[in-house]
Amino acid sequence: MKALITGNEAVSTAVKLARVEVIAAYPITPQTSIAEKLSQYCSSGELDADFIKVESEHSALATVMGASSAGVRTFTATSSQGLALMHELLHWSSGARLPVVMANVNRALGAPWNIWCDHSDSLSQRDTGWLQFYCESCQEVLDTVLIAFRLAESVFTPVMVMLDGYILSHTAEPVEIPEPEQVDRFLPKYQPLAAIDPKDPHTYHAVTSPEYFMEFKQRQFEAARQAEAVAREVSADFAKQFGRHYALTESFMCEDAETIIVAAGTSAGTGRYVVRRLREQGRRVGLLRVRMFRPFPFEEIRTLLGGAARVAVLDQAISPGSEGVLFQEVRSALYQAGGSGPEIYDFVTGLGGRDILPSYIEEMVEKVENGGKAGLARVNWLGLKS
Amino acid sequence: MSEKTESARAELLKYLKEEPFGCGNLACPGCGEPLAMREVLNALESQAVLVIPACCGSIIDGLFPYTSARVPILHTPFASAASTSCGVLHGLRRRGFKNTTIIAWAGDGGTYDIGLQALSSTVERNEDYLYICYDNEAYMNTGIQRSSSTPLLAWTTTTPEGDLKKAPKKNIIEILAAHRIPYAAAATVAYPEDLVAKIRKARATSGSKFVNILSPCPTGWQTRPDLSIKISRLAVKTNVYPLYEVHHGERLVLIDNPEPRPVEEYLKLQGRFSRLSATDIRHIQEQVDHNWSLLRKKADEII
Repeated sequence: MKALITGNEAVSTAVKLARVEVIAAYPITPQTSIAEKLSQYCSSGELDADFIKVESEHSALATVMGASSAGVRTFTATSSQGLALMHELLHWSSGARLPVVMANVNRALGAPWNIWCDHSDSLSQRDTGWLQFYCESCQEVLDTVLIAFRLAESVFTPVMVMLDGYILSHTAEPVEIPEPEQVDRFLPKYQPLAAIDPKDPHTYHAVTSPEYFMEFKQRQFEAARQAEAVAREVSADFAKQFGRHYALTESFMCEDAETIIVAAGTSAGTGRYVVRRLREQGRRVGLLRVRMFRPFPFEEIRTLLGGAARVAVLDQAISPGSEGVLFQEVRSALYQAGGSGPEIYDFVTGLGGRDILPSYIEEMVEKVENGGKAGLARVNWLGLKS
Repeated sequence: MSEKTESARAELLKYLKEEPFGCGNLACPGCGEPLAMREVLNALESQAVLVIPACCGSIIDGLFPYTSARVPILHTPFASAASTSCGVLHGLRRRGFKNTTIIAWAGDGGTYDIGLQALSSTVERNEDYLYICYDNEAYMNTGIQRSSSTPLLAWTTTTPEGDLKKAPKKNIIEILAAHRIPYAAAATVAYPEDLVAKIRKARATSGSKFVNILSPCPTGWQTRPDLSIKISRLAVKTNVYPLYEVHHGERLVLIDNPEPRPVEEYLKLQGRFSRLSATDIRHIQEQVDHNWSLLRKKADEII
């Protein structure tokens, strides 16, 4: 069945289809309509779940952590400051190996106050141990939430699904809604590996001395790396069930490209439009969209970008005092000890919801093709007012 | 081994097997926390799951891979005792565990201070769980820093000599009662029958329950470990820590103390109060008398 729904409705629909049992969420713009819709589903009985109306995002994640530890499928959603408030528990939940799934509606972090889209909220949580997906369409949002549960419950690692604030969260698109029976086949009831059992008491997450701590962290690290291969398997199975295939990265006209633009989220759509236009002029330009950011698909990205002469990364999040966040990761994928690769340049734009215009992306391509290293700074800003 | 030793050993092993909490715990000598834990778990016949935030209790249970508890324990970050407990509650209820009491087990720092927001929220929603604060009146796990539960004019490392705590102890029971919580009570390890009775009442009550257990800390109170019970008993006998309960935020039941002892008897046994002048002690006595008369006025029943 096809329906015209927003990105936030796609999230709520997926959570309903996933038969989540415990949800806790706190309202924050532009996530709020996810929490509203889910609480309505729970009230009406459309979804047989407990919706817990907590007093903060910190408590939202603490609550779903408790429920997940008790062995049920859980979900939460947030944005921006809310995600930042969860920070402590992001580390805790991944260390506790809880397969919580969260939707984060991308929004800038203050100060100053801003409610519009950029990727600084979720990219600044990159080291928390959560797996991360960035979506480009409402269909992809719905499908990725379902994939996220399968993946999280396979590698016992929490997964965050990102959708651009307003651009996806509040924009309606035609979305194919899967049949519940189909989803049940793809995503059977959650089978915890270890859950609190009053009849079989265990202590969880007790103080762990230097003698044991590193092994816990190494296993967590391995699980997150292993998630790359598992994500490919889960996506293949998803394609078999539903006919829609999602790779970890999506390349567009990259095969013979001399210049490749790298982007994440909805800006990739604008990027593809620019690539098509430049191709009409005979320019050999391509685009690579990073869909999975954690684990970062290093090899896949190196293979796809390795043949290009130059790479231009479009960053919607910065690390002040360093560089754009996506840029750091892409460069890390391209360059290893003793290796060589294309020239790579960093461009920052679209912060706090500033529209990413096709002209900015054209400017990026012009600059890297003509300017080369000499004409460009370490970090280059696009669309700044002078 | 003589027959007598053998039978004592068998007795001890039987005891350790049956005890829900004890063997090998890491508490300091004279600590009230493991005593409170034993009484509470025994009162609940071990039909409980504990959620413990950062506090002495998160150390006392033991370091991985050891544990002193025979009930499940879930450790959680500092501000999350209440909210994590409610997650466990909903998860376990959905999995069919209807009779297990979910307990948030936190110190006064995790209750009066950093965890108060989450506690307030869960109680406002009247979640069906039991919140227990073992109250040792300061951040003892980090080495004796003042909390909002630290009493007036007590010494701590952050209320040092010359700058003893100026504010009185926060009244947590009144805060909980203002939420119209079905059951809130003050107890102490020195009166185990009263503590057990209160825990059983809490179990029999649906919705949110809160029990504050005054829990002596020889390390932080600077007292002799063998005096812990005596000191907690004096806390009650001097009216410093009255034993009472509030039902649904309205009906207050107070245990009477017809012949109160002077507060000095309580204070003089504790190094944390050793810097007090006669005037300070008089001031504390006035405060204690004032609080006691307010409580008696509010009491619907004095037993």
